[in-house]
Amino acid sequence: MKRKFSIGLLLFLFICMSFSFAAFATEKGTSLPDTFTAQSDEAKIAFRDAVGVTSAQSAGDTAFMFASTVLVFIMTPGLAFFYGGMVRRKNVLNTMMNSFVLMAVISIQWLFFGYSIAFGTGGPLFGVGQYLGFSGVGAAPSVYAGTVPHTLFALFQLMFAIITPALISGAFAERMKFSAFLLFSVLWATLVYDPIAHWVWGVDGWMSLLNPNAAFQALDFAGGTVVHISSGFAGLVLALMLGKRKEKSTAIPHNIPFVLLGAALLWFGWFGFNGGSALSSGGLAIHAFLTTNMAAAAATLSWMFVEWIKTGKPTVLGAATGAVVGLVAITPGAGFVTPVAAVIIGALVSPLCYFAVSYLKHKLGYDDALDAFGCHGVGGFFGAVMTGVFATTTVNPFGKDGLLYGNPEQFLIQLAAASITAAFSVVMTFLIMKAVGLVVKTRVAEKDEMQGMDITQHGEDAYPDFSSDQSIA
Amino acid sequence: MKMVIAIIRPESLDNVKQALFNAEIHKMTVSPVRGCGQQKGYTENYRGSIKTINLLPKIRIEIVVNDSFVKPTIDAIISSARSGNIGDGKIFVMPVEEVYRIRTGETGSEAIG
Repeated sequence: MKRKFSIGLLLFLFICMSFSFAAFATEKGTSLPDTFTAQSDEAKIAFRDAVGVTSAQSAGDTAFMFASTVLVFIMTPGLAFFYGGMVRRKNVLNTMMNSFVLMAVISIQWLFFGYSIAFGTGGPLFGVGQYLGFSGVGAAPSVYAGTVPHTLFALFQLMFAIITPALISGAFAERMKFSAFLLFSVLWATLVYDPIAHWVWGVDGWMSLLNPNAAFQALDFAGGTVVHISSGFAGLVLALMLGKRKEKSTAIPHNIPFVLLGAALLWFGWFGFNGGSALSSGGLAIHAFLTTNMAAAAATLSWMFVEWIKTGKPTVLGAATGAVVGLVAITPGAGFVTPVAAVIIGALVSPLCYFAVSYLKHKLGYDDALDAFGCHGVGGFFGAVMTGVFATTTVNPFGKDGLLYGNPEQFLIQLAAASITAAFSVVMTFLIMKAVGLVVKTRVAEKDEMQGMDITQHGEDAYPDFSSDQSIA
Repeated sequence: MKMVIAIIRPESLDNVKQALFNAEIHKMTVSPVRGCGQQKGYTENYRGSIKTINLLPKIRIEIVVNDSFVKPTIDAIISSARSGNIGDGKIFVMPVEEVYRIRTGETGSEAIG
């Protein structure tokens, strides 16, 4: 098994290298003019012209999008804490690694082919190879964001591509083999995330707002379908395929302060996630910032009160979860709905997700360990559909009106887009998991699960006590 | 009066507690401990330096019972903590000289129950 895995790894590196050579070969060399080092203004202007900085490019937009990009980046470490706090102490390192390592894995995948599949042109289903190795992705703006360098747009989208497979890891926490997880994540990002991103956001995607010939134009401001529905439903499939944890009944969060830290980082980063999805600074971006904050606030409170009424105590874990499901729900509508609608969406999503994680999950018996489906699948689906109710062109003239603004058709379109994304993710996740199962074992052995993922998968102990100081060779 | 000390696997604790409750034994003291016996340890790796850990995490349960309860206690623990593999643990039984309940000052069998 080890040998097979190392062969796979070598093959992957080889493919990456060949792509990079291809990219180098096609790239039009833009080296620094010799005069640039002299720092003269003329030379700088000449250099800017040479690398394709146009007058359309905005320093303000570029600075704003850079800030948004790094905000989205911090969400993945935030998610690592959010999930890490919810597992038992013997599994915390593995759970956090499942998010952290994807920052590296998906970065490489995105550079060599991920971005090209998602945002290249080529057809309504997926893009083809013109951006392999970021060839043709340079300082000149792209069709997607006309005032910032294409590289910045690609980096902004990379952060979304990283966090999406990381979200799934909540469903299979405490039992999936690390090697199987790595293999699954690369395949899932390539075969599920990248195509769905192309459908919804690609310039020729078949449900894209940017495509005048699209089958229908779904509203997804910042990734309700692309990020949350796709990952949530994938989580459900994985939870079912891997089976329950052996000690499910006694598994409780080992560090709720970690969960709170993670939720706070997610909330903070989400301002860039939704605000930055305007792809320029200005009124729409700040509007998305506003709706994002208000939905999270409303959802935090509604979760707290639902729990207070149901169980008698307002828990910290519940408040943190409420904030996250509120953020999930407002994601597709952030740039299309009013602040009051955002509060309504936030207030309603928490009771729904509370029902999903506290009742539905136990009733149906799947072990979605950290509620990737209950929060992101259910919350994302609800948000996508609510966008079809509350969207209004008074907020965003490039959007659509929803059900409440006399356009019931958009409600059906949102429902269709959400359902198709969910169905695609379910089928593909099942097939990918079957394929991964042919190469490596997907679940750890029972005794390894008992001993803990940290020691058996990584050879480390997150909280070593006195005995670990003694080295007995 | 006897003290029963059981060293068990951490993952067996819930089964053992349930079995003890079923046998009408409701009073115990539980602590997380480290120890080694026949079970081999494992290695950890910190930036390339390999540490061998041979003290494994275990759970220690202390129960003080009247003589008639010794057998049911031991039966309950063995039946619920046995997986059949090395590392299931051990049970020690020892005599107890005296027991006092701090709140009332009761002694002996009355203080246990």
